[in-house]
Amino acid sequence: MSAATMVNAGPKRGWKSLSTWIGAVIVGAAMICAIAAPLLVPHDPFAQDLAKRLQVPFWMAGTDPAHLLGTDQLGRDYLSRLIWGCRISMLIGVTVTVVSGLIGITIGVLGGFFGGRIDDAVLFAITTRLSIPVVLVALAVVGLLGTSMTLLVLTLGLLLWDRFAVVARSTTMQVRNLDFVAAAWCAGCSRFQVLSREVLPNIASHLVVVATLEVALAILLEATLSFLGLGVPPPLPSWGLMIAEAKDYMFFSPWVIVIPGVALFTLVLGINLLGDGLRDLFGARTDT
Amino acid sequence: MLNFLTRRLIVAFLVAATVMTLAFVLTRLSGDLATSIAGANATQADIEAIRKAYGLDRPVLTQFFDWVGRALTGDLGNSYFFQTRVSTLIAERMPVTLTLGVTGLVIALFVSIPLGILAAVREGTSFDRAVQMVALLGQAMPSFWLGLLLMITFGLQLGWLPISGTGSWQNFVMPGVVLAFSAIPALTRLTRAGMIQAMGSDYIRTARAKGLSRASILLKHALRNAAIPVVAIAAVQLGFMLGGSIVIEQVFALHGVGFLAWESIAKNDFPVVQAVVLVLAVIYVALTMVADLMNAVLDPRLRV
Repeated sequence: MSAATMVNAGPKRGWKSLSTWIGAVIVGAAMICAIAAPLLVPHDPFAQDLAKRLQVPFWMAGTDPAHLLGTDQLGRDYLSRLIWGCRISMLIGVTVTVVSGLIGITIGVLGGFFGGRIDDAVLFAITTRLSIPVVLVALAVVGLLGTSMTLLVLTLGLLLWDRFAVVARSTTMQVRNLDFVAAAWCAGCSRFQVLSREVLPNIASHLVVVATLEVALAILLEATLSFLGLGVPPPLPSWGLMIAEAKDYMFFSPWVIVIPGVALFTLVLGINLLGDGLRDLFGARTDT
Repeated sequence: MLNFLTRRLIVAFLVAATVMTLAFVLTRLSGDLATSIAGANATQADIEAIRKAYGLDRPVLTQFFDWVGRALTGDLGNSYFFQTRVSTLIAERMPVTLTLGVTGLVIALFVSIPLGILAAVREGTSFDRAVQMVALLGQAMPSFWLGLLLMITFGLQLGWLPISGTGSWQNFVMPGVVLAFSAIPALTRLTRAGMIQAMGSDYIRTARAKGLSRASILLKHALRNAAIPVVAIAAVQLGFMLGGSIVIEQVFALHGVGFLAWESIAKNDFPVVQAVVLVLAVIYVALTMVADLMNAVLDPRLRV
């Protein structure tokens, strides 16, 4: 989206690399939380304790030291649910990106490589996809077929391939006409060999940047759908679902929505910072 | 120009037709609609009755062409739940969604164009970096969460604004701000990039050499060229905002088209769902057409 990158591709400034590092630290921490969640959680994130409902977090008076971030409306440990929620966010973010990446890169590379009629069809597919309201259609699919993680991942993956396709198409077009590709043709390489050995490795860095930004987008969308009640099924602790469940208590104890919201915001910001940093590093373009 | 217009129109029509097909397929995904409408406790006879009443006993292709044919004449079918025409329902709810979308866009433009210009003029300064940071923060902000935070702060603790309903203009302030937030990062970055590019070009150097004032160079010469992509994206963003308003309408209990769609999904009222998908897609297609046309008018080089 941002055409700023073209103009911006000057020397890297100190703060940029600092923000990239901040992004990398946030993403690293989130990955550790996601992978080691079962080892890290201080309590069972699903265990309810109705006698200990809505215990306040550590910075407020009357906190219970056993529950650093307090407990939710069913007495479940908030910190444990937060860590488990990170696992779910990362899992969905990465799997959705794999699905959408496969679709988008295939479509985009085909269009950019072959041009002509095929490219017209690819452009048409991208235009059509952009005209479809994502949140609404994802809600409708999940609403009709029922909530499940697999369905959610497939639905979002089928809806979010547009940026991959746009970037894969435009970068393939640039690479297609370079000398080393011509050399490969002359050496008698097949279409498949040229595509897989010459084109793909040369557009890969651009696609990595898109993938990073898409993980962030998928995480935000998952949280949104879960917030609307048609995403991750309860009692799984998705951050969006935690905010939805805590909504009734937010006027009296605002921290119940502040904690998962800050986690979501920080993770998405971290991924975007890392993505921007990688973009500068690779000199990649992600504008559409 | 005429050639350009016809080609755009044909593509727009094809996109609309494809979305129409997809919207129809989408609502048939669940397999047997009659069973899901009837609910868990329905008997076989109930299901049969529903199938007959809604014409679901006909072949799928017949149902499809029937729907397309009626939709072309403006008849989007009847809602199962509200027992009224879908077109009436959507027409009733549309003003709320449009008010929200336009409010959001106006706020976004009022924030992002000045910010983008100032950042471009002071490229590389700490102000520029701050603006870019704000854009990044805005991108990471979950809109539903921002909405709830505003409700707690301005609705409950300060008591400045109403937290739900559509009674007065004050009801649209918080939802408008939240919706604007989603568009501000892209619009700001684009304005900044466009201005930087324009400021570095030859005609600006000429304007400077002529001794024109700084304001005149910035606003008359640079902004006019930088505005082209911004105008295009603004129209497209309005389309995204109308689609994305479903979340904000839900948070603030604004009974617009998004809220209608959300209710209808929960109630298996599929004629409404497929109609809202179609209407939003057609609006988006129309807006991108408008964006292309505005571009062509502003920049004759694009009329190919």
